[in-house]
Amino acid sequence: MELSGTSEKTVTARAAGLVACTRCTRAWPIETQVCGRCGAKLVSRDENSLQRVWALWIVGLMCYVPANVYPMLRTQQLFQVDESTIIGGAVDLAHYGAFGIATIILVASVVIPLGKFWAIAFLAVSVRSGRGFASHHRLLMYEVVEYIGRWSMIDIFVVAILSALVQLQGLASITPGPAAFFFALSVIFTMLSAQAFDPRMIWDAQADDDEAL
Amino acid sequence: MADVSHVSRGPLEGLIVCPVCDATYQLQRPKNGERAVCGRCHKVLIAPRRKAGVQIIAVAVAVVVLIIAASVFPFLSISAAGRSNAVSILDAALTFTEGPMLVLALLTAGFIIFVPLLRMLLTMYVLIPVVLDRPPARHAIRAFRLSEAMRPWSMAEIFALGCAVALVKVADLATVSFGPAFWMFGVLVVLVIVQDGFLCKWSVWNSLEHPKRQ
Repeated sequence: MELSGTSEKTVTARAAGLVACTRCTRAWPIETQVCGRCGAKLVSRDENSLQRVWALWIVGLMCYVPANVYPMLRTQQLFQVDESTIIGGAVDLAHYGAFGIATIILVASVVIPLGKFWAIAFLAVSVRSGRGFASHHRLLMYEVVEYIGRWSMIDIFVVAILSALVQLQGLASITPGPAAFFFALSVIFTMLSAQAFDPRMIWDAQADDDEAL
Repeated sequence: MADVSHVSRGPLEGLIVCPVCDATYQLQRPKNGERAVCGRCHKVLIAPRRKAGVQIIAVAVAVVVLIIAASVFPFLSISAAGRSNAVSILDAALTFTEGPMLVLALLTAGFIIFVPLLRMLLTMYVLIPVVLDRPPARHAIRAFRLSEAMRPWSMAEIFALGCAVALVKVADLATVSFGPAFWMFGVLVVLVIVQDGFLCKWSVWNSLEHPKRQ
């Protein structure tokens, strides 16, 4: 069932002189500060949202650099010590013939984080300039970023499982490298950056375009 | 300027606003099993189900038991050349213990054990009085808010996929065998995903606001 069956123009809460609670969807008069139902802070449009998005985005990017430079895993087999970075580890796996796993690692640790940096930056720039795709595409992008960002954590969990499991004294042992720390921080900060984004701005940009036509 | 007369009439309680795109609608409660979807951005606004509360509580109880059991029992064990090692999920989470890595250990343990556990406990705390037609528990609103805020940080299913990757990585190094916790964790992941599908946030907020006529 769709709430608006007719094709009449959608009315935003702001245009109706209301402010919406983004947590529990309740409407309030526009000057209300705190939602009376769930206690969330009410803002019609979060004007500072983009500042927070960019600040967290930059911290995330700064953490992503050492995450790729430092070793992620330190593998000790008999007397041979082997340190591998994220990309190095994936390349090694591909050499052994484990292409599937190498792909998962590359996608989760390189493609998703980089794609996420690009997507958040694109959204933040495009709501300002109002150009780019249609709102539906931008919203889809926002939802994908929100949903998929958490999955980058998989590499941290793999490192955790491997380092706990592979402790065979003298024979083989795996310990986490400093990159694990930076990588986890990078994922957390990009998640926070995506959460700081106010998706209502995507639709405002679209509405402005429509009026200009 | 859009025509707002059809929205501004009547009490504000009769309105619902899409949190994603700010479109405002007259509230029409869908029947059980139906969904109310935003006409502009297609976000699902209300999705009530019959007996959802009881089902969610039942699943939450099961998940709490499974989380506790899965984090204590051995999870995976490996052996190679006569040496072996068995770990529990708690061991895996607490493997980062040197210097700043300790922060990482706490975060990992939080993401895969404590956040999912706390979310389930909060859900039960909020929903049990609602299902029993009692007035909401004290601070139920704050509890549900916290539970919703923790949703993206509950990463049990990601840990499960991480296990699969780790298994393939060590498969040629040593022999890996599964402990009881491994299977418990598998069931747990499925239950968590099922429960997310049952929970209609709007219905919970609404019943916390109007405890009698839900």
